[in-house]
Amino acid sequence: MFKKKECVAMLLAGGQGSRLYALTEKTAKPAVSFGGKYRIIDFPLSNCINSGVDTVGVLTQYQPLVLNDYVGNGLPWDLDRAIGGVKILPPYQGKNGADWYKGTANAIYQNMQFIDMYSPDYVIILSGDHIYRMNYNKMLQYHKKMNADCTIAVIDVPIEEASRFGIMSVDDEGKIFKFAEKPKNPDSTKASMGIYIFSKDCLFKYLTEDAADPKSSNDFGKNIIPAMLANGQRMYAYSFSGYWKDVGTIDSLWEANMDLLGEEPALSLNDESWRIFSRHSAHSPQYVGPDAEIKNSSITEGCDIYGTVRNSVLGSGVTVMPGAEVIDSVIMDDCVIGAGAKVCYSILDSGVKVGSGATVGKDRAEAKGIAVIGTGIIVPDNSAVADGAMINNSDDLVKEA
Amino acid sequence: MAVAGLIFSNIHNSSMPELTSVRTMASVPYGCRYRLIDFPLSNMVNSGISKIGIIAHNNYQSLMDHIGTGKDWDLARRSGGIRILPPFIASYNSANGGKLYTTRLEALMGVTSFISKCTEEYIVLSDCDGICTIDLNEVLADHIKKNADITIVTRPVSEKKDIPSDGATEIKCDENGFATEVSAYIEHDRPANISTNIMIANRLFLLNAVNDASAHGYSHFYKDIIARRVKSARINCYQYDGIYLQITSLESYFRCSMQLLEPEVRHGLFVEENPIYTKLRNSAPTVYAEGSQVKNSYVADGCVIEGTVENSIIFRGVHIGKGTVVKNSILLQDTYTGDNVNLNCVITDKNVVIRNNRVLSGHESMPFFISKGAMV
Repeated sequence: MFKKKECVAMLLAGGQGSRLYALTEKTAKPAVSFGGKYRIIDFPLSNCINSGVDTVGVLTQYQPLVLNDYVGNGLPWDLDRAIGGVKILPPYQGKNGADWYKGTANAIYQNMQFIDMYSPDYVIILSGDHIYRMNYNKMLQYHKKMNADCTIAVIDVPIEEASRFGIMSVDDEGKIFKFAEKPKNPDSTKASMGIYIFSKDCLFKYLTEDAADPKSSNDFGKNIIPAMLANGQRMYAYSFSGYWKDVGTIDSLWEANMDLLGEEPALSLNDESWRIFSRHSAHSPQYVGPDAEIKNSSITEGCDIYGTVRNSVLGSGVTVMPGAEVIDSVIMDDCVIGAGAKVCYSILDSGVKVGSGATVGKDRAEAKGIAVIGTGIIVPDNSAVADGAMINNSDDLVKEA
Repeated sequence: MAVAGLIFSNIHNSSMPELTSVRTMASVPYGCRYRLIDFPLSNMVNSGISKIGIIAHNNYQSLMDHIGTGKDWDLARRSGGIRILPPFIASYNSANGGKLYTTRLEALMGVTSFISKCTEEYIVLSDCDGICTIDLNEVLADHIKKNADITIVTRPVSEKKDIPSDGATEIKCDENGFATEVSAYIEHDRPANISTNIMIANRLFLLNAVNDASAHGYSHFYKDIIARRVKSARINCYQYDGIYLQITSLESYFRCSMQLLEPEVRHGLFVEENPIYTKLRNSAPTVYAEGSQVKNSYVADGCVIEGTVENSIIFRGVHIGKGTVVKNSILLQDTYTGDNVNLNCVITDKNVVIRNNRVLSGHESMPFFISKGAMV
């Protein structure tokens, strides 16, 4: 069957996201909730379909159940296709034994057969770690115009933060002549966004060579990109301006959620021309009770709000009982905040029940850090969870209280 | 389960011309994010029915937009699934001059090919102007247990305001629940059991009855099919006592919408094990600005609220401007209100724009209606 696609996307979704602690205890990072009704992976998947890329391989490894279930047949993103669409690609057993994905490059290497099914001219490599809206097709047009072997999306970052990123040095034409992974003394502010477009043949050549090198750590940033640069391949930086945020830490995840709020939100998801699609269950509308007070907050379907909500982002099906207060917090799906309870500067994973009269976290001004409660945990009535606490299971809770 | 569904999409259009002049009764928006057809459709899907025909008459473009492939109800199926049955005029209907059907029975005559091609043993029939969340499996179990030919779901009424404006059918039953008398319900102040027009019929019984009626030139479903068979067929009644909202006019649409603000109505319609599905729009969550003040209201996703909203039903994509006060109103999808607007007892249809500083008010008994796409 003829099923050529010009460009196939490979989405690296196997990372553990260990710096999200309790939130990734039972789920892979790309399946972590964001912005009330989304999960992180909705952003690259929606960008794909909005950019006309309709064939996406999702590489999973760590705790894939929730992610597999969420991606499913790709229906929410219009990626349920007869040819192409979204495919989950777990590590597998081959003739010469089985292997985990050893690194980002190795994960793609092990799935070269999948890519070849569609005989693409280009492969775009994405990750499930970032919140952003980007037209990959524009980047692909740039890649073609420059006749590049590899194009790396870059974003300008403040010079003082540059040492946290992979930094590209480029000439006037946009050609990359130097790449430094987390440099101490950065000589550019162009940070790699972890989005690469490769011409397929070139990618396959370097992946095969990299796989043959036992000393390699099989990583795009550490091995593939430096090797291509050393060999003088045509590598270009594609500058992106717009909202882009790594949500790999508790603080950055909280900040990205807060970016949805305010008079002029840094990130607005109401743009009809670039919708972010997500899989959600059939919830009824949100009910706001007679004594509720909601200020500067984002609230999703299925919520029942009887108490006070300020500067917070609530997922679907959250109940805030009378007299309860939710302030400066991110509350994921189906949580219940009991009567008179107070939740400040916290992230509550889905299904957390905060008993009546309980307190979670402290006012942001005096808190040590963000309190995080893992999925499904029940906080007993009138108990307290300290500011900055990281609650993975109910045993932690007893100690805290 | 061997059951197929049939939904009448237009049958009560005339009772609410304001909202149905541009759409079918089935596609009238209701409850922040739904269309009326979502309720019968979801009841069927939740009972395991996966083949559903929707009988259309006129103005059904909005209905087709809403249904699409049926994906959102999990009805995009290789076999079965959802299909819209447009009016079928030409051939045998020449008796009435090739006109579109005007009654329930004539509508059924137009879809006998659908009914006869089904292989399912039972057919569920439903209208769109009654809002309820009913477990059809319980009705079916009763139907099978009583070995009935047709089971009609009835509901108790006592007040005039609950009665469909184009007539209701009263059904009197014996102690076993079988119908003994079927008549038009005329004296509107007397307690009675009337038909909800939700029925489960043995497919072949229905097919034979419709064909027989066609041969005799009958036109009225209850009078000519049900009432004539009270003695000869097993006509079972299933009493439904749950929340049932009947839309009979714009005023009753207003009242049925406002009833969603009562917890028992909400909890009777939106139950976890019987979710109501609708076309997804992937709107972002609703943003409540610093200056917003929302009390006792039902709100969909995709809204931006900067002003005050009280006792109101707010659909998807509505914008409430700064200093604007919306009370006792229903704002349909994508209504835009500017700053310092004041609305009371107003129903705005889709895409209405209300510019800054406008003051509009109706009354509960006569809500002020602004038609689709209008700018005030």
